Amino acid sequence: MALELVKDKWVNAVSVLTIGATKEEGGSRGRIVKCGGEESLPFLFSEGKIPHRPVIAMEVLDVEPDDWPRTLTSAIGPAIKNPVEWAQKCESEFKADLICLRLAGAHPDAQNKPVDQLVKVVKDVLKATTIPLIIVGCGEDKRDNEVLPQCSQAAKGEKVLIGEVVQENYKTLTASVLADGHSIIAQSPIDINIAKQLNILITDMSMPLDRVAINPTVGALGYGLEYAYSIMERARLAALSGDKMLAMPFISFVGYEAWRAKEAKALVLEFPKWGSELERGITWEALTTTAFLQAGADIMVMRHPKSVELVRNHIEELMRG
Amino acid sequence: MFIIGELINGMYKDIGKAIQTKDKSVIQQKALEQIKAGADALDVNCGPASKDPVNDIQWLINAIQEVTDKPITIDSSKPKVVEAGLKVLKGRAIINSTTADEEKLEGLVPLAIQYNAKLIGLTISKKGIPQNKDQRLELAAGIIAFVQEKGFPIEDLYLDPIVMPVNVAQAQMRDILESIHDFKIISDPAPKTVVGLSNVSQGTCQRSLVNKTFLIMAVGFGLDAAILDPLDKDLVDGAITSDLILNKHIYCDSYLDAYRKK
Repeated sequence: MALELVKDKWVNAVSVLTIGATKEEGGSRGRIVKCGGEESLPFLFSEGKIPHRPVIAMEVLDVEPDDWPRTLTSAIGPAIKNPVEWAQKCESEFKADLICLRLAGAHPDAQNKPVDQLVKVVKDVLKATTIPLIIVGCGEDKRDNEVLPQCSQAAKGEKVLIGEVVQENYKTLTASVLADGHSIIAQSPIDINIAKQLNILITDMSMPLDRVAINPTVGALGYGLEYAYSIMERARLAALSGDKMLAMPFISFVGYEAWRAKEAKALVLEFPKWGSELERGITWEALTTTAFLQAGADIMVMRHPKSVELVRNHIEELMRG
Repeated sequence: MFIIGELINGMYKDIGKAIQTKDKSVIQQKALEQIKAGADALDVNCGPASKDPVNDIQWLINAIQEVTDKPITIDSSKPKVVEAGLKVLKGRAIINSTTADEEKLEGLVPLAIQYNAKLIGLTISKKGIPQNKDQRLELAAGIIAFVQEKGFPIEDLYLDPIVMPVNVAQAQMRDILESIHDFKIISDPAPKTVVGLSNVSQGTCQRSLVNKTFLIMAVGFGLDAAILDPLDKDLVDGAITSDLILNKHIYCDSYLDAYRKK
C-alpha cells in the first residue's frame, strides 16, 4: 500500500507585507518586495500556497561598527566606513533584496549623532540605492522616539519598514509610521503572549494588519535557537488556525544574533581546534538563518555576503518544492 | 466556541414589532450589536406570532445581509420556511433544526445538501424529550446514520443534546453534559455539538449565572457552539476564557478584545 501523507487544512493565511514603492506608487524604488502570504507551514507546498519566497535584507550601519569581527568587516571592505557606499555594495555586489539601515550612531552611549545627520543618512541611502529599505533605531526608547519619526517623515512615500516598537513604547513611532504610509516592526522578547498583545495595541491605533512585521527576537545556534524556533512555530500555527493577531510575517535579525556568538567570532589562534574563523563565522550565520527559515521567518536580516549567498541558494532550492 | 446570537427572534417584543412594521433598522442594529459583542453567527426566527413566516424570514435575512456577511441560522420547525430562507441567503446557512424523526430528516437533509448548509440535529423525536444519556445517544446515532447515508458531511452536523431547565430536570444535567462528550465518539470524523443555552436557566432567579456556569462546564465537555445572548458580556467572557483554558487560542492581556475582533 502506498504511503499516504497526512495533510493539514488551514483556515487563515499570513498577511502580505509590501516594502518599497516605485515611482508610479509615489516612491523611488526600482522594485518592491512582498513577503508573507503563506497558507501553510514553511515549504509545505502541498498544504497551501506560499506566494512569496523569504527575502534577505543586509544590515548597514550609519557608523563604522566597532564590535564586528574582522572576518565580517573585511568581507565588506572599505565601504564599511560609509553607509551610502556600503548600501550600494549590498545592492549591486551582494545582491541583497533589501537594505536594513541600523541607526546605531543615534545611541546616547555611542556617538549620539544629531537628528539631522541621521535623517541625511536615510535620505542619502535612499538616493543611492533602488531596493526597498528597512530602518531600525538604536534601541534606546527615548532617542528612537526622537529620531525615527523624523526619518519616517523624510522617507515619506517610500513605504519603508521601520522599527522597532515594544510593548512599553509603541505609540510615538506607530503614529508617525501610520501617518507617513510605512510599515512597522513589532518586537517581543521571545514571548508569544506579548507578540500578540503588542499587535493588538498597534492595530488599536488603526494600523492595518498588513503593515506590521513581527520580530519575535531570536537566538543564535547554541544560544536559545530552539526556544525562539518553538515560539515562532507556535505563533505560525495559531496564525494559520485563524488568529489574525499573530498572522503577520516574521522579521529575524539573524546576523546580529549569530555574530554575537563566541563560536562565530573567536579567532583560530585562541581555539585552534575550532578551525578557521572565517569559515566558522559564515557557517554560524548561515545555519542559524536556515533554521529560522524552517520556523517561518519571512525577512532575514543578515551580515556576511558569503552567508547571504549560501542562504539565497538554499532558499531557491527550497522554493523549487 | 462558535457563538450564535439568539436575539433576532419574533418572540421578543422589539423584533416582533419590527417584523410587523417592516422596520429594517431595528433588525440591523440588533445584528450588529450581537456581532460586536462576539457573535460568530446570527439565529433568525420569525416568532410564533408571524402570520406569514415564509415572507418574514426572507425579509429578515435580507435586512441582515445588508449589514453583515456572518453566517445565519435559519430557525424554524417548518421546512417551507427553512427553504424560503435558504433561497435568499447569500452566505453559508445553518439550518436550525431537524429532529431525529425520519420524516423531518427526509425533508431537511436534502435541502442542506442542495444549499451547502450546515445542519443542527436535535436529539428529540415524536416520542418526546429523551430522559437520559442512552436515549440521547440512540437518537444522535440515528441522525448520524441518516445523514451519512445521504452523503451529508458529518463535520457540518451540529448535534444538540436538548438542554432542560435546571429547576425542572436537575437530575439530567450530568447526562446532558456527558452526552456532549459522547456524541463526539459516535463517528469519525466527529459531529459538532451545540446547545440552545438559555433554556437551562428558564424559570430560575439567577439566569445569567446559571447560563454561564452551564456553558463553561459544557465547553469542558467538548461543546463546539451555543445559541445564546451575546449581549450578556459576562457569559461571552466566560466562553472565551474557557477556550483559552483549553488552549484553543493564545493568551495575551487583551485576549477578550482580540477574540471579539477576529
